[in-house]
Amino acid sequence: MRDQKLQKLIFEKSREGRGCSLLPACDVPAALPDQALLRQAPPRLPQVAEIDISRHYTEMQKRTHGVNDGFYPLGSCTMKYNPKLGEEMAALPGFAGVHPLQPAGTAQGCLELLCRAEQVLAEITGMDAMTFQPAAGAHGEYLGLLLIKAYHQARGDRARNKIIVPDAAHGTNPATATMNGMQTVNIPSNEQGCVDLDKLRAAVGPDTAGLMLTNPNTLGLFDENIAEITRIVHEAGGLNYYDGANLNAIMGIARPGDMGFDVIHLNLHKSFATPHGGGGPGSGAVGCKALLAPFLPLDRPVQQGEAYGFEDPVQSIGRIKAFYGNFLVVVKALSYVLTLGAEGIREAACNAVLNANYLKNQINDLYEVAFDGICMHEFVLSLAELKKRTGVSAKDVAKALLDYDIHPPTMYFPLIVEEALMFEPTETEPREMLDYAAQVLREIHAQAFSDPAPLLNAPLTTPVARPDEVLAARSPRLTFEF
Amino acid sequence: MGRYIPAAPAEQRQLLEAVGVASFDELFAVIPKELRIGGLCIEPGKSELEVSALLRGMADKNRVFPVIFRGAGAYHHFIPPIVRSVAGKEEFVTSYTPYQAEISQGLLQLIFEYQTMICELTGMDLSNASVYDGASAAAEAVTMCRERGRSKALIAASSHPMVIRTMRTYCESADTELVVVPEREGRTDAEALAALLDGGVACLYVQQLNFHGLIEDADALFAQVHAADARAILGVNPIAAGLLKSAGACGADIAVGEGQPLGMPLAFGGPYLGFMACTKALMRRIPGRVVGETLDAEGRRAFVLTLQAREQHIRREKASSNICSNQAHCALTAGAYLTAMGPDGLRQAASLCYAKAHYLAQRLCEIEGVALAHPGDFFHEFVTTLPCPPEALLDRLAQQGVLGGLPVQQGILWCCTELNTREQIDELVNTVREVCGA
Amino acid sequence: MNIPKELLYTRDHEWVQETGDRVRIGITDFAQDALGDIVFINLPEEGDGVRMGESFADVESVKAVSDIYSPVSGRVAAVNADLLDSPEQINADPYGAWMIEVADITDRGELLDAAAYEKLCGEEG
Repeated sequence: MRDQKLQKLIFEKSREGRGCSLLPACDVPAALPDQALLRQAPPRLPQVAEIDISRHYTEMQKRTHGVNDGFYPLGSCTMKYNPKLGEEMAALPGFAGVHPLQPAGTAQGCLELLCRAEQVLAEITGMDAMTFQPAAGAHGEYLGLLLIKAYHQARGDRARNKIIVPDAAHGTNPATATMNGMQTVNIPSNEQGCVDLDKLRAAVGPDTAGLMLTNPNTLGLFDENIAEITRIVHEAGGLNYYDGANLNAIMGIARPGDMGFDVIHLNLHKSFATPHGGGGPGSGAVGCKALLAPFLPLDRPVQQGEAYGFEDPVQSIGRIKAFYGNFLVVVKALSYVLTLGAEGIREAACNAVLNANYLKNQINDLYEVAFDGICMHEFVLSLAELKKRTGVSAKDVAKALLDYDIHPPTMYFPLIVEEALMFEPTETEPREMLDYAAQVLREIHAQAFSDPAPLLNAPLTTPVARPDEVLAARSPRLTFEF
Repeated sequence: MGRYIPAAPAEQRQLLEAVGVASFDELFAVIPKELRIGGLCIEPGKSELEVSALLRGMADKNRVFPVIFRGAGAYHHFIPPIVRSVAGKEEFVTSYTPYQAEISQGLLQLIFEYQTMICELTGMDLSNASVYDGASAAAEAVTMCRERGRSKALIAASSHPMVIRTMRTYCESADTELVVVPEREGRTDAEALAALLDGGVACLYVQQLNFHGLIEDADALFAQVHAADARAILGVNPIAAGLLKSAGACGADIAVGEGQPLGMPLAFGGPYLGFMACTKALMRRIPGRVVGETLDAEGRRAFVLTLQAREQHIRREKASSNICSNQAHCALTAGAYLTAMGPDGLRQAASLCYAKAHYLAQRLCEIEGVALAHPGDFFHEFVTTLPCPPEALLDRLAQQGVLGGLPVQQGILWCCTELNTREQIDELVNTVREVCGA
Repeated sequence: MNIPKELLYTRDHEWVQETGDRVRIGITDFAQDALGDIVFINLPEEGDGVRMGESFADVESVKAVSDIYSPVSGRVAAVNADLLDSPEQINADPYGAWMIEVADITDRGELLDAAAYEKLCGEEG
């Protein structure tokens, strides 16, 4: 239901003199830095009592949609259920209370956990080594290309500065190439939405550093030419990078390492069920074949006989953040993998693909599926025709879903599909939820023809109506004005 | 085997039938046979009870020190229970980046509040919704400063070594030359800086508190930087910021820092929080998500992700950063921490840190052979010389349940926070005297 | 669709106005309409070189970024800095909202007259 009154910011709830009683009096002689070093005025933080905080956050909680609230088929984001076991394990004082710079001998459990996670994730992906230093998928991509660049340079192969990226790729791929001072070569998809082999052959050469690929791709299609694709790149002297955002479809079924990929990032916050936290922290674990292992980041956890310790790879690229990564996220991911085990991992992928196909088949008579056929874990609808006939756009349908407590799918991606909506139901949705979503999508479709006007203003029941994004961008107000 | 799939085997068969395939294998027919694996070589799945026991076993192999005198980039502070309670709400934990503003107003508003608090702490005009950690924030800040003809970045040698190493990686990959400005007596050498500031310099990064715990003369350094038309980046300790002159007041164009002290546990190094704020002039260059205030179609105040055209999903190869997922939940936690502390609480925490560290320093320096390694004031960390090998001392402390300071070149880098009581400090001093005293 | 007779046009939907030995460049009504609400513009600086067929600026709408291509090679002699503060002028008055003036022109590409450009828009629209 719409807000009837102004939803106050915490600063607007602040009352002079309020606060929480948290810290003891000073038990040593009082001391303060020189006056010239001190700030002129205190920061205007809110002055509130504990009950004010409790209620404020409860209000905010009610105005936030989580996986626990309902269906969340956000394509390419793998919004599966996040088991609570992981949360409990990550909160154990034996993990949460360990200082990153305490002697390795006193952090054996943490190091063992990282080594164990490396072992199982390397097996799942067909890689030889892994690092958990990257904090997110994009951070992992950055590291992956650093490794590729370091590999070529170590061989004196300095002319390789081009990264080949299919046009359906995630925006991070080309952005990552730029961060590494490399040029992106975009290659168009073929009619099946997959890599056009002839175009790829024409694109590779002595300047090819590598290829970045998601498989299944962002259309939810597995590229059956994958072995040929990676071979073309290898023969040209380049390396193959696997964007692991879509691994959920194939884990336990096939392995990027067997497909000819040399380096890969995983989003532990996608395939391995760690929560997204409203946009992080994630973990962008990077795996690689042995030929890239000498370049991995510093402080690599390793087993040394009976004990565990750190090692600095000989030709390390250095580091991309302080310490060893989002450790507690790795705890959650390992607890997930150990629970599922070999069979459970495979079962998760199977059901992710099954659910996507089931949902697609419930609606593909009404909605146009971009590249129809058996899909992997996600599929893309094109609403171009619907928009032409009714004026109802992909965005309107997405917003209408909000009125049914369904989080919209990813909108307007991939860029190569007009009016795209990308659905990824994941394996943790029961059939009745898929049926409900299909029924809602059918109702919206019918309404688009019978009475489209309300759809153009949807959602009608959320706390706020569509926000004015143009106003926000033209006159940015990025902080509270006291 | 544990599983989180609701569908029972019979239901799965019904779905397969509905899809029109006989088996799961048929669903994956498009994957060439030679690429399909028979099974994974990992252990069979376990019940939650078994996994819980297994991971608890690993956690038990770690030593959790009840008393900690070590910082060096990760700080042991009091986390008010209300912070964990509100941050742990399932909606905040499980939601994705708030692309759909209409059902994400709670999260968006909390990030907006966080941005405001970071600006209050740093004296900057605007903040993003966070980056990975303090080190990557420092590296991204350098990227913000690059200009045509200015492709050199300076970093103070007194910065955290991991920040320097991270920045080196980012600079090398972007063809930015990184030059380390030497220190004199533990702080950035202004004369050396003057000699390095030529027309090719884009920016200087200085850390306030530096790695030795010392308070840098940021004002003077930044005046030099601005005189050379370069930009000034200050790495800020957020607890000290409750007491010390803000980055903005020191003349910084960008303030970044490690936000872990704001309510995040030590957690063996992560997840932590990179905060990042800047002046209006640099608004379009700040990487990552930014939340802005606007109106909804019916005139209500509403919050949205804004300035999105800077980001990788739109700019692709023209974006200057590839960041998407950041540390949103850590930012939310930091917002809750700063809300619980309030201006008085934060100032009290900062004052306690300062007073206790100075008490410890004074007591340690009563021991023969122990002296401050550097002149100049410090905040909650400082380096002392040690008249004995640090290993013997640290081992003895560990036996007492105390994580001593970090061994560094000149001795030991000690840290005190509001959690260290006078009794703990006195005991520490006694042990140092016993082990290292004459 | 407003297509002033006195201007020349590119196939990428920029307009060009000759003023003595300089040219002014902006984007057409058709272009601003296709882009939607423009929220920001990146402009070059005075004195920068521009090359025919290469991007000299980009404009941002809420969810897209578009390059603006130069129909001539030369040197940027003036920049309409007002647009930095109020990019919405480009939507409101595309032919008043010039972006840059180029002098020292060494090369120019094929330009269309109003009639030819109108035909092009008809084909694309």
